[in-house]
Amino acid sequence: MELNCRHVWEFLSGYLDDTLDAAVREDVERHLAHCEVCSAILDSTRNILVLTADDRVFELPVGFSDRLHARLNELIGEEPASPDMTRPDPT
Amino acid sequence: MNDEAENRTELELIAAILGGQKHLYHALVRPVEKKIFMVVLAYVHNPSDAEDIVQEAFLDGYRHLASFRGEARFSSWITTIALNKARARMKRSAAHAEVSLDDAGDEDRAPAVSPALLRDWREIPSEALERNEVRTLIRQAVSELPESYRTVFVLRELEELSGEETAAALGISLALVKVRLHRARIQLQKTLAPALRSATEPHRKNRWPSWS
Ligand SMILES: [Zn+2]
Repeated sequence: MELNCRHVWEFLSGYLDDTLDAAVREDVERHLAHCEVCSAILDSTRNILVLTADDRVFELPVGFSDRLHARLNELIGEEPASPDMTRPDPT
Repeated sequence: MNDEAENRTELELIAAILGGQKHLYHALVRPVEKKIFMVVLAYVHNPSDAEDIVQEAFLDGYRHLASFRGEARFSSWITTIALNKARARMKRSAAHAEVSLDDAGDEDRAPAVSPALLRDWREIPSEALERNEVRTLIRQAVSELPESYRTVFVLRELEELSGEETAAALGISLALVKVRLHRARIQLQKTLAPALRSATEPHRKNRWPSWS
């Protein structure tokens, strides 16, 4: 089936997750092979998702991990078992 | 270092904790605490509320660890506990009376978003994230997503839950997860493709007069 650009955009997410039916996937690929706009949209989306998922983008509030583990310690009711259990968060 | 604990599988750790090595619970929590916080923050949008909820969820997780069956991953089990707490808190809060994440909101019936149109895309390497400006652009774009898209997006892309795990944690259908994830991704491409290109290629700044 001949897809236009708008159709391809609707399949973008499924294409990235590889959840499209084989026939649809082929149609999308055939379109991408000659459409530089859809190819650029796909490449930019993929690139942006990688950047967004990078650990550096979102940060925990300062002291979050210390406060969490201190509260857990109160419940667990044990002295910190070993030094490595209380090491500061590397971030 | 903590190699001994880190090398054990989740189920081995849990067995050891239930067997009396209670302190190993910290080692179970550490690898997932950031992701759980991100998910809850996407839902409640307030860092101090999110922190409270995450603490309570991990405390509950410890209390009820014996009931964890290992059918799900520990992180998706805790996510479900945390999101239930977040939901309960938002129901109590009058400010959120209008918001219901579990219903198909207007967004789901809205016409599809169109991506930003480009003729070419030069790969932005992850080193660009060393720049505060770039990280801020991305955080802003995610936080501006409609709430229901944002939660699905964070569960799938940042916490890396599967579609099925995400559907289960939110109590929505897999089909709805897919729709919301798709729209979140397109929306982010629309916002971020021009913005990141401008930010990383200063000489092209004026090619994108508006990206609203
Ligand atoms: Zn096209």
